[in-house]
Amino acid sequence: MATRITVDPVTRIEGHLRIDCEVDGGKVTNAWSSGQMWRGIELILQGRDPRDAWVFTQRICGVCTTVHAIVSVRAVENALQLEVPLNAQYIRNLIIGAHCVHDHIVHFYHLSALDWVDVVSALQADPAATAKLASTLSDWPRNTVQELTAVQQKLRSLVESGQLGIFANGYWGHPAMKLPPEVNLLAAAHYLQALEYQRIANQVVAILGSKTPHIQNLAVGGVANPINLDSQSTLTLERLYSIKSLIDELGDFVRKVYIPDVAAVGAFYADWTGFGSGVTNYLSVPEMPLDTAGTQFELPGGYIPDGDLGAFKPITGFRDKYFEEGVAESSKHAWYESGKGALHPYDGETVPEYTDFQDDGKYSWVKAPTFLGQRAQVGPLANVLCMAAAGHEPTTRYLDQVISTASSLAGAQIPLTALHSTIGRHAARAIRCAVIYETLQNQWQLLMENIGSGDYETFNRPVFPKGEQRGFGFHEAPRGVLSHWVVIQDGKIANYQAVVPSTWNAGPRDEDDALGPYEASLLDNPVADPERPLEVLRTVHSFDPCLACAIHMVDEEQQPIVQVKAL
Amino acid sequence: MTASAPSPVLVLGMGNILLTDEGLGVRALEAFRARYEVPDGVELLDGGTTGMGLLDDISGRSQLLVLDAVQTGAPPGTLAVLRGDRVPVYFGRRASPHQLGLSDVLATLELAGEKPADVTVLGIVPDSLELSLELSATVTAQLDGLVAALVAELTDLGYPPRSRD
Repeated sequence: MATRITVDPVTRIEGHLRIDCEVDGGKVTNAWSSGQMWRGIELILQGRDPRDAWVFTQRICGVCTTVHAIVSVRAVENALQLEVPLNAQYIRNLIIGAHCVHDHIVHFYHLSALDWVDVVSALQADPAATAKLASTLSDWPRNTVQELTAVQQKLRSLVESGQLGIFANGYWGHPAMKLPPEVNLLAAAHYLQALEYQRIANQVVAILGSKTPHIQNLAVGGVANPINLDSQSTLTLERLYSIKSLIDELGDFVRKVYIPDVAAVGAFYADWTGFGSGVTNYLSVPEMPLDTAGTQFELPGGYIPDGDLGAFKPITGFRDKYFEEGVAESSKHAWYESGKGALHPYDGETVPEYTDFQDDGKYSWVKAPTFLGQRAQVGPLANVLCMAAAGHEPTTRYLDQVISTASSLAGAQIPLTALHSTIGRHAARAIRCAVIYETLQNQWQLLMENIGSGDYETFNRPVFPKGEQRGFGFHEAPRGVLSHWVVIQDGKIANYQAVVPSTWNAGPRDEDDALGPYEASLLDNPVADPERPLEVLRTVHSFDPCLACAIHMVDEEQQPIVQVKAL
Repeated sequence: MTASAPSPVLVLGMGNILLTDEGLGVRALEAFRARYEVPDGVELLDGGTTGMGLLDDISGRSQLLVLDAVQTGAPPGTLAVLRGDRVPVYFGRRASPHQLGLSDVLATLELAGEKPADVTVLGIVPDSLELSLELSATVTAQLDGLVAALVAELTDLGYPPRSRD
């Protein structure tokens, strides 16, 4: 008999997401993804000074304050055709990279590992056997019997105190939990260590951005970090070297802990490489600009149709027409006025038209974006596949490392196509994190060399001519392609649209009623127990949902998180 | 850099200032900061709508005071102080639009053994969550009351703020 599962809200994400699934014969047969908060933030920017837009846009979202600030200044600079000094690019790149490493570590260990790791099972582990297993994965010096025993003790007292209830939807003992106790213990130890390393990454953002969670050092035209190697109030040599030592500390954790952990989870849950592919058109944008105009980048990006890496087409720069003209958004199934077809962001409209949740009609506050008329998946998987297709060496190297480690643990060769999956999204995020770590090292070196050449410039003053200018900015954010689109009229904002990563992935059905990436990825997912739909959460969490960008929540009543109805 | 131990008390203003009363926690913090200085041992932070990004800021404190919009079922504009057993209810009932993130932070810190010993929520029931940078008239009228509640709370904790007047 078919049942309908409603998960509302999905926990361990930012923002308010509702997922509905029809389940028949232990499998998902239909799915709906619904953003439950209203998106209308752009309206508040109309009529404002474009130089101030980034201050407001970084309030859109709880996780991605930094990324909305960066992409907003890029959009306005694009409209003005304004280049920014090299130092400003490098400083922004360092902020982008450090934020990303922080975000990826937190997502894997603190927001999604509990879908795969059973903390209660870790109590049964033998710490000595765990240390021995760990030594086959990497030479990380903290995988000691002593540290693992201490972690187990900590977990035991937490379980005995009855405090585990604070982990909403922590499905301990669920039949789909398959890691041996030793792997669970190792993962729990790394969960705690990851707290220390995300902190280090965050400190880099705080030093350069002046403040977290809301950075203060940006400006349309550059950054507000004066460089003076002798003055204490500016970016000094001492601060630059303290950033370098923080970056150095991140490397070993990412390469010796995060990468092997993901490979191990992938090997023990190899069946999950067969679930969750969904939409296999992949979109990403180039990142880490290396020149003042944004025509050269350290990291490539582009578009892959139908999962065919041979058909990769690069996106080449901040003024790329292929990207600019390829994006549209449909409101046919979203709670906004519709009927004009999918609209380009410059012409985008955000007029609410709320109905009830209608399976075949409108059911979400999130619009449905398309690229060249097709749904596209964005995020680390899209980015890694595009970088691999472009022949980016560090990406290929880490990709090979993850696949060969997972293959040897699984005792069978895992093909590249296994990446089109729920597990593949986690693997790609770890690979990307390692790539970004190397990028941080490179960008720091480039900044030092440029300052060493005597260039202290960090800001070009913007000039706003009369008349209309249009521009877009893009950024390969931790959750994927983020773009802001601005129309400026006589120096004031006339229209502003943000097409955020979770809009691409969480969007509802589109103009042609095609399913969005979350929805498509859920089809054929196994569901062992509809009352505890752990498998549904696994696939949704693998995208790293962040609905806060979109929305606000108006839900006050206490309701069960999971509801199951017979159909 | 925050290599030294954090101050024992953190006052965290939470909320989205783009959505009328959603941002009242941030606005109350601004109003408090304009009128009072705090002694050593107290840190003030505008947390906006952030979640896991606040891990380090909250870690290792003994007292966390959250200023926020809260839905208690009482009429809009009602002041609310939640402490002890009522704090988990604030998170469990999804009374605040962004509490999912903050409750994840506290759960993670619990596992790490770095959760603040006491968490108190000081708030006002919002009237409007529409798109606007201004607070509603109902909440504006209560903002001084929320600031006074914060002053009283800090005084009780042994950290009396000094008026700037």
